[in-house]
Amino acid sequence: MSHLDFTAARPEIALALMAMALLLFGVFRKSRVVDAVNTLALMALAATALLVLFVPGSDRIIAFGGTFIVDAMARVMKILVIFAAGIALVMSVHYMKWERMERFEYAVLMLLSVLGMMVMISSGGLITLYLGLELQSLSLYVLAAMHRESARSAEAGLKYFVLGALASGLFLYGVSLVYGFAGTTTFAGLTQALKSGISIGLIAGLVFILAALAFKISAVPFHMWTPDVYEGAPTPVTAYFAAAPKLAAIAVFVRVLYEAFPHAEEAWRQVIVFMAIASMLLGAFAGVVQSNIKRLLAYSSIGHMGFVLVGLAAGGQEGLRGVMIYLIIYLVMTLGVFAAVIGMRRDGRPVEEIEDFAGLARTNMGLAFAIGALMFSLAGIPWLAGFFAKYFVLLSAVKTGLVALAIIGVLASVVSAFYYLRVVKVMFFDEPKEPVDPAPFELKLITALSVIFVLFYVVWPGPVTALAQAAIRPFIVP
Amino acid sequence: MAVGLEHYLAVAAILFTIGVFGIFLNRKNVIVILMSIELMLLAVNINLVAFSARLGDLMGQVLALLVLTVAAAEAAIGLAILVIYYRNRGTIAVDEINKLKG
Repeated sequence: MSHLDFTAARPEIALALMAMALLLFGVFRKSRVVDAVNTLALMALAATALLVLFVPGSDRIIAFGGTFIVDAMARVMKILVIFAAGIALVMSVHYMKWERMERFEYAVLMLLSVLGMMVMISSGGLITLYLGLELQSLSLYVLAAMHRESARSAEAGLKYFVLGALASGLFLYGVSLVYGFAGTTTFAGLTQALKSGISIGLIAGLVFILAALAFKISAVPFHMWTPDVYEGAPTPVTAYFAAAPKLAAIAVFVRVLYEAFPHAEEAWRQVIVFMAIASMLLGAFAGVVQSNIKRLLAYSSIGHMGFVLVGLAAGGQEGLRGVMIYLIIYLVMTLGVFAAVIGMRRDGRPVEEIEDFAGLARTNMGLAFAIGALMFSLAGIPWLAGFFAKYFVLLSAVKTGLVALAIIGVLASVVSAFYYLRVVKVMFFDEPKEPVDPAPFELKLITALSVIFVLFYVVWPGPVTALAQAAIRPFIVP
Repeated sequence: MAVGLEHYLAVAAILFTIGVFGIFLNRKNVIVILMSIELMLLAVNINLVAFSARLGDLMGQVLALLVLTVAAAEAAIGLAILVIYYRNRGTIAVDEINKLKG
C-alpha cells in the first residue's frame, strides 16, 4: 500500500490531458481539422506507449491505496491495446472519407476509450475497474453510432448501448454484493477476506461480475449483441471492437480471477468452463449460416474468445501463457482480416457479402491469397500462427485434466473450419465478378504484415512467447 | 418492526429485477428501456449505501456517488444515440429495431 503515487498513473494522466487538448484543438481549428486531429491522435498514442514503457520504479507498483496496479501484465496489455487502437485509427482514415463521416471527435473518442481500457487493465480494485469499464464502454457506444446518417450504424449503437448498460448494471450489482459481504473493494483486500472461506453472497456477486465481463468479450450466453453491432458499426470501428476491448477485458478477467478470487477457484472454474464450451460451439455452428463477412467475423471472434477462456480455465503458467499468446496472435490476425475487408470496395461501395468475393483470385491474386492465408490461420490450420494459438491453450487444458474441454475445442475448431474454408472456396473457385477497386497503401501494408506474421510465426515464435511470458510473470506462484 | 439491512437489500433486489424485466419485456418504446437502466443503477445504489452503513465503511458511499455521476453520463449518451436513431428511422418503437437481423 502506498500514498498517492502519480508517477504510476503518468501514461493515463498524459493520455487524458492529450485527449482533452485534442478536443479543444478540434473545436477551435478552422480548416482541415480531421487530418490534423488524426495525426496528432496517432502521436498521442505513440507518446502514451513510450510513457507506459518507461514508468519508473520497481517491477510491480501499487499506487492510490491499492486501487491501481502497474505490473508486467499491465504494461504488456496496455502496449497491445494502444497498438490495436493505432492500427484501427490508421485503417479509418480512408474509410471516413469514402463514407463521408469525417469528424474529428472520432479520434478523440478512440483516445478516450483507450484511456478507459488502460485504467481497466491497471485496476487494483472494483471501483477503478468500474470507472475504466464505463469510460471505455461509453466511448465505444458513440463510436458504434459514429456514422450518423446510416440507420444501421445508429441501430448498432443503440443495441450496443442498451445491452452494454444492462451489463454494467449487472456488474455494479455484483460489486455491491462483493463489497457488502467482504467489506472491501480492493483486490488485495478481497484475497485476504476470502482466505477464511467464501460466503454465498460473495459467490453471487462474483457470478454477476463474471457475467458482465463475459459481455465485454462477447462470450456465450452474453454474445447476442456481437453480430448486430459488428455488422452495423463502421468497419474500422468493428475492427477496433474485435481487437482492443477484448484484450482489456481478458486482462481484467485474469486480474479478477487470479488476483482477487484465487481462493474461490472451484466456484469460478465451472462458470469459465461453461462459457468456454458454449462460446466455442456457438462460434462454430452459428458462423456456418452467415452470408455477411462482418457477421461471420463476429461469430469467429465469439469462438476465439471461447478458446481464450479454455486457457483461462486451465490456469497456471501454461494456461495463462497460452492466453497471452492467443491474444497476441488473434489481435494480428483480426486486424489483418479487417484491413483487407475495409479495402475491398467495388464502384465505391463496400463489399461485405461473401458471395461478392467470388473469383477474387482471378482478378486480384494478392488480395485473395492474403485473405486465404488469414482465413486458414483463423481456422487453425497447421502451421500457421492460428494453429499454435489453439495448440497452446488446448495443451494446457489437457495438462490440467480438462480433457473433455480440449476435445470439444478441437471439434469446434473442425466445424468452424468449414466457414473459413468456404470463403477461400468462393474466392478461388467461383466465377469471377468485376474486379474490386485498388486498396489504399496503408491497408495493403497492414494486411501484408499480418500475413507475413501468420506465415512465418512458426519460424520465429520467440518474441511472441517472450512477450507472453513477461506478461504472466506476476501471476506465477514461485 | 425495525428496518434492518435485509429490508434494504430486498427492496434493492426487487427494484433491480423490475429494471431487468423492464428491459426485456418492454415492447413499446426505447425511452422505457433507458428508465429501466436508471432503475437498475439506483437499486445498486441502495445496496451500496445500506452495506456502507452496516459496515461503517465509507467506500460504499463513495462508489454510490461515482455511480450517480456515471449514470448521468450514460443517460446523456443513450439519449444522444436515440436522437440519431430517431432522425434515421422516424420511430423509437422497440419492435421496429430490426434492420440488423438477430
